[in-house]
Amino acid sequence: MNVFSRAAPKKGENFELRADLNSEYRDKRKDAIKRVIANMTVGKDVSGLFPDVLKNMQTEDIEQKKLVYLYLINYAKTQPDLVILAVNTFVKDSDDQNPLIRALAIRTMGCIRVEKIIDYLAGPLQKCLHDENPYVRKTAAICVAKLYDLKPELVLENGFLDQLNEMISDSNPMVVANTISALSDIHTSATSQPSTSSSDPAIFTITPTILNKLLIALNECSEWGRVAILSALARYETDDEKECEHICERVVPQFQHVNGSVVLGAVRVIMIHMRKVSREDFNKQLIRKMAPPLVTLLSSPPEVQWIALRNINLLLQKRSDILSNEMRVFFCKYNDPLYVKVEKLDIMVRLANEHNVDALLSELKEYASEVDVDFVRRSIKAIGQAAVKIEAGAERCVNVLLDLIATRVSYVVQEAVVVMKDIFRRYPLTYEGVIPTLCANLEELDEPEAKASLIWIIGEYANKIDNADELLNIFVDTFTEESYSVQLQTLTAVVKLFLYKPDTSQGLVQRVLNTATKDCDSPDVRDRAYIYWRLLSTDPGAAKSVVLAHRPPISLPRTTVAPALLDELIGEISSLASVYQKPAATFIGQGRIGVDSMQRRGADLADSAKTALQTVAAGQASENLLDFDDEPAPEQPTGLAATQVLQQPAAKNFLSGTSANPLDDLVSIFGGASLSSSAPIASGAPALDPFYELSGVSSPTAAPSASKQQEDLLGLF
Amino acid sequence: MCSSAFSSEMLRPFFPMTRPSSTGKAFFIFNQKGELLISRLYRPDVRRPIADVFRIQVISSSDVRSPIVTLGSTSFFHVRVNNVYVVAVTKNNANAALVFEFCYRVISICKSYFGKVDEECVKNNFVLIYELIDEINDFGYPQNSEIDTLKSYITTESVVSSQIVAEESSKITTQATGVTSWRRADVKYKKNEAFVDVVETVNLSMSTVLRADVDGHIQMRAYLSGTPECKFGLNDKLVIDKSERGAIDAVELDDCRFHQCVRLNEFDSNRTISFIPPDGEFELMTYRATSNVKLPLRVIPTVNEIGTTHVTYLIVVKTNFGNKLSATNVVLRIPTPLNTTSVDCKVQTGKAKYVPEENVVVWKIPRIQGGQELTFNAAAQLTSTTTRQVWARPPIDVDFQVLMFTASGLIVRFLKVFEKSNYHSIKWVRYLTKASGTYQIRFILHGHFGVADEGGK
Repeated sequence: MNVFSRAAPKKGENFELRADLNSEYRDKRKDAIKRVIANMTVGKDVSGLFPDVLKNMQTEDIEQKKLVYLYLINYAKTQPDLVILAVNTFVKDSDDQNPLIRALAIRTMGCIRVEKIIDYLAGPLQKCLHDENPYVRKTAAICVAKLYDLKPELVLENGFLDQLNEMISDSNPMVVANTISALSDIHTSATSQPSTSSSDPAIFTITPTILNKLLIALNECSEWGRVAILSALARYETDDEKECEHICERVVPQFQHVNGSVVLGAVRVIMIHMRKVSREDFNKQLIRKMAPPLVTLLSSPPEVQWIALRNINLLLQKRSDILSNEMRVFFCKYNDPLYVKVEKLDIMVRLANEHNVDALLSELKEYASEVDVDFVRRSIKAIGQAAVKIEAGAERCVNVLLDLIATRVSYVVQEAVVVMKDIFRRYPLTYEGVIPTLCANLEELDEPEAKASLIWIIGEYANKIDNADELLNIFVDTFTEESYSVQLQTLTAVVKLFLYKPDTSQGLVQRVLNTATKDCDSPDVRDRAYIYWRLLSTDPGAAKSVVLAHRPPISLPRTTVAPALLDELIGEISSLASVYQKPAATFIGQGRIGVDSMQRRGADLADSAKTALQTVAAGQASENLLDFDDEPAPEQPTGLAATQVLQQPAAKNFLSGTSANPLDDLVSIFGGASLSSSAPIASGAPALDPFYELSGVSSPTAAPSASKQQEDLLGLF
Repeated sequence: MCSSAFSSEMLRPFFPMTRPSSTGKAFFIFNQKGELLISRLYRPDVRRPIADVFRIQVISSSDVRSPIVTLGSTSFFHVRVNNVYVVAVTKNNANAALVFEFCYRVISICKSYFGKVDEECVKNNFVLIYELIDEINDFGYPQNSEIDTLKSYITTESVVSSQIVAEESSKITTQATGVTSWRRADVKYKKNEAFVDVVETVNLSMSTVLRADVDGHIQMRAYLSGTPECKFGLNDKLVIDKSERGAIDAVELDDCRFHQCVRLNEFDSNRTISFIPPDGEFELMTYRATSNVKLPLRVIPTVNEIGTTHVTYLIVVKTNFGNKLSATNVVLRIPTPLNTTSVDCKVQTGKAKYVPEENVVVWKIPRIQGGQELTFNAAAQLTSTTTRQVWARPPIDVDFQVLMFTASGLIVRFLKVFEKSNYHSIKWVRYLTKASGTYQIRFILHGHFGVADEGGK
């Protein structure tokens, strides 16, 4: 019948299918179409059957029609010339007396992304937008968005946008919801084009009139429609306090909806509009109403739970009073997936206070006896964080840690040692009695972080530990075999020891300086050794004031994201950005965000400069990730590289301790990309702290006291 | 959707692509080997190879620790159910909660249509699944997903378009988009009945601290003619807001959520639960309670480690409800150390059996009458091991069912049905409290070597 079919082979599966598609029996034809679709799904090329499938389009059987349409959507692009044959049927169907068929035709036509079809779409679409049946109208509304995606000018020429704007007043809530979805979709496409001006007709601004219609439709439409409307409400901008209160009042009932995305959508709208409300009692009441539905989300399937937990984490950083009495609901269940447990741990620490620290500790102690090594470590870290956070509970935390050390399970002991170091940094000179127990486990340690922590403790308390020189001697003996972080700590600890007890440890300090300057291949270690050497030889008094300087105690950061970013993320509750707790531009937009444009954005908002810089850095990082859609062939290796980068959000906070300062990331990224300038280093001083990498809990105070940093800075330069 | 901190003019050129109510650009169902069973692409910038990326990065990867994986600018949202993966793909700042809710809705619709969701069933019904997916999702935007409505026009038998069907379709479409999209207008029953099942799942985590809460579901089967207007009443006093607490005969619910037929604004203003129910079975309400939870069973374990060769168990189970009630299908799963060789069990009631492959003793009791107390005695023999492997001591897990009992104390006071024709209707209420994998009692191992040997050498 055409060139294509004649040229095709006379055997094989496609040949048989073709025969069946042209069979005189209806059942056989339909069965053949099903097989074609099955082949299409598994990725076999059945595009050659296009004309044969097309012949079966004109049918009374709706199921068969749907199958043919499905095939058309998939292969229309490969056979643009033949698709024209389908147009007649589509146009006819869009006039069918059965509304389901009319809707089906208009839905499918919008999905066929071929120029020739699109040109025929305007007529039927025009009619369907005014169809008497709401089912057809709601389908047509979405179709306008599809058309805009393909050929925006066609939408504008035909005045479809104006019609959509009129449809916001439709009597049917489902039509209103789809209209809002379509308009928002068009708005997104229009605003993501850099050239659009504010007068672009595709921009969907929500006016007070529209607002009222939305608030009415909100209570009547389907759950998905509610999400669309809530998203639109979140975009509404007003400075009128009364109006904001009104929106909040109307949205609050949605907290009781069974669908978690509706609940989070409502939380988002309220968090956004609450900013403008100055009545504190009103806000307090909203926050109080927000807590129970958030907790209920924890009974959802684990994936939804995880989304909820990530968002609760953000909300707590903004309003720490939201769930103040609810810590217990975050206790981990034995069979929770790890990603849920990790988030729960973080939130538990956030909610911990003097009154519930006992419950928290006994719970964390239980977790520390579970089998998953990763989770056990994090639980122990959490104990340390609780100790740092709650002074009144610190002693109990230390006792739990001692119990854990007594189990002599290697990874438990090592993690506990690391955590103890942080407790010493928070409460100097308080828990010295623990030191002998820690030192007794010296041989157990094989991880650099644990070793470095213990060495730091020994150095710090060298004047109180009688056999400090013996202990440090062990590490000096194996100096060249240790990792750099351990070497650096050994070096500093021995120098401290020398400054405390010059008589007994002169030999040791000589030896370590010798080894470090001669046999060590890390310039950091070597340089630090030289500095110490020179300091000690020229002015031991100065050395003392540098190395033994008083350090301010560390504290647990209240937020893990910068304030400006936090506000931005709170405005995007339940989106991917809020889950990853990163600005959206860092993981979408193909990394093509220009540096100047980001700086422009940053310059205008001094406050969000940090955010912007971070965005640039991450954008550059993701630029390297291949866009696998464009080139399918070499996607594998980069894809793998990408996993490493991007799987971290699930456990980001824990992997990096609770390091708070976004500049830290920035510095490391800039460092890696050899873009480092003097500016970020100067302001990112904490990153130079040699303990910084080791510490589970870092000091968020960016302005370092001179005495504290001096030692460390000297070590580096 | 960016922060209001940025003026819209400033922001426009860098506006992140956000389609807040979209489920993304593609929808897939994979089997365990990573073969595509269902594939539906919504936007042109997503192409098939993306399915291969998912197979390589997620299915073949042994260490996926997050339900969302983002590669480049593409995010994969995946839910695993039996041996298939339901996957949504997005390339923008998607609404994560919406995407997962949608995935779970697809799963529950498939369950309702086919009875289960696995590879075999997806393969056998792929045509219908395509049809369903196209109906509930258009261009990435979820549409009507009410199972009852869907079933009225997407069926396992073919529908032939004709004059009669066209009229029928009009009704269907009105229902699918209407204010009561969950109900047909022309429902007729000879006998008007409504069944209400209150099902509570008790979550217990008992260790040094006790944490108990109740997840309640009120399931309703409505066989009522016409368009009935229902009013539903719980205990005389329903306390949902914590500040109002302290009343007598009150059930304190921490939170409740309703089927979309319930008028939320009415509930918000005066606490009445009024609705026009869908026809047939649906979940009217779910709730959560944490205060005054009555635990149906108390389990008191005493576990002793005798030297390194024995662990002995004495477990007492007490009921905590009236003599007329009983707990049925009670199953206790009592964990044993990993190096257990054999276990001697002594029980008066039920059967206890050691299951080595799971490292547990399963004690099954068909029925425990209220007021009864049962004991379990056992000794596990251990082999000596050289490795110092920690026994994680999983909690003792208890499954059970208690009819006509609610752990939260919730009671259905009334269900009123108003209809134009003013017919008489019969209502039935049933209560069930159960636990299945959620009632866990942790225990302490008393050893002879003090804390240091808690792990069991």
